[in-house]
Amino acid sequence: MEFREKQAIYLQIAEYVCEQILRKQWQLGSKIMSIRDLAVIMEVNPNTVQRAYDFLQQRDIITNKRGIGYFIEEDAIDRVISFKKEQFIENELPVFFRSIYLLKMPLDDLKARYQGFIDQNFKETNHEK
Amino acid sequence: MIQFNNLSFGYSRKKLLYKNLSLSIESGSIYGLLGKNGAGKSTLLKNMVGTLFPVEGNVMINGMNPQSRKPSFLQTIYYIAEDVYVPSLTIKQYKNLFSPFYPQFNEENFYKYLQELEVSVDGKLNKLSFGQQKKFVIAFALACNTKVLLMDEPTNGLDIPSKAQFRKLIASVMNDDRIIFISTHQIRDLENMIDKVLIVDNGNLLLHSSITDIAERLCFKTVSEIPAGVKVLYSEKMLRGISVIIENLNGEDSALNLEHLFNGVTENPAMAKQLFSSN
Repeated sequence: MEFREKQAIYLQIAEYVCEQILRKQWQLGSKIMSIRDLAVIMEVNPNTVQRAYDFLQQRDIITNKRGIGYFIEEDAIDRVISFKKEQFIENELPVFFRSIYLLKMPLDDLKARYQGFIDQNFKETNHEK
Repeated sequence: MIQFNNLSFGYSRKKLLYKNLSLSIESGSIYGLLGKNGAGKSTLLKNMVGTLFPVEGNVMINGMNPQSRKPSFLQTIYYIAEDVYVPSLTIKQYKNLFSPFYPQFNEENFYKYLQELEVSVDGKLNKLSFGQQKKFVIAFALACNTKVLLMDEPTNGLDIPSKAQFRKLIASVMNDDRIIFISTHQIRDLENMIDKVLIVDNGNLLLHSSITDIAERLCFKTVSEIPAGVKVLYSEKMLRGISVIIENLNGEDSALNLEHLFNGVTENPAMAKQLFSSN
């Protein structure tokens, strides 16, 4: 059993951006925070944010309009989800599996808990749909 | 750009601390100079700013030699010593007296930085607490907009919110033309700010590498058993297992732990050299 203590910082920043998109805090097609502003908020080196933005650009999640700034691609949502899913499967799921295995929690028990969690935390979102 | 050309330095000629040090430092990066107490961190900074002179070789900063102490050089560099000194002046008097030496000084930013660091503006500077004096000097130094900014243990004496504010300020003033060079052993305060790492010990430069390069070569993780057949630069027992730095054979992208890296490199310099030698 092995795990990473932390994600590389630039990936944490990329995940943060994706999280904002998924939670609709940042709208599709809109301009996002400049590299410097995000570096100040996150208290990281601007070069690290640059790397995160380069990474998101490679995955066609954001685009750089020269001289104006970075924008979220109109159709980014599927790619955001697939990136977040990849990260989740790689980082969080093994830790989760390890715990339920060690604690002898059958997967079936988790179903009801999962439903309860959804009802409690995402009620409004479900209504909207 | 800062260029160390075969620099040798010692406080006495018989006992040299640095021997034939060659090193180039590029603009657009925040350098973290790490070393134990007495490793020669401050000595290196003083050679860069011209308060100490090399015994042999030289340092060139953007084509200028600090040793000549020309005003045209001095206006492009600011050095914040670990123990700051402020005279018996008010903030305004200090600014009026010293800012003319720095043509790029920005008064508006100066007062903005003071406000962000919560330095009170009335009274004489030497009556302020050490932490407040230090923050005052940091605000002044940043407002000077010099091409090179050298800081010796800048977070020493800063309270918790000021450390965060300091990081935000550094992120906001960094640009491609600047070199910010920070000597510290408070690695955690600045872990995510630094993008180039220098480790010195006994006058030897043990590591000079970018964060990206380090992450490509090394993998930082926690394991239940130390893997066999790979180079292990460092290991330490932690609550959740053994925290290790091993060679990065599978191209994993892990977050650096500079504290562990420092321990690994200083305890095991030969292996570090080997891990960083190939391209």
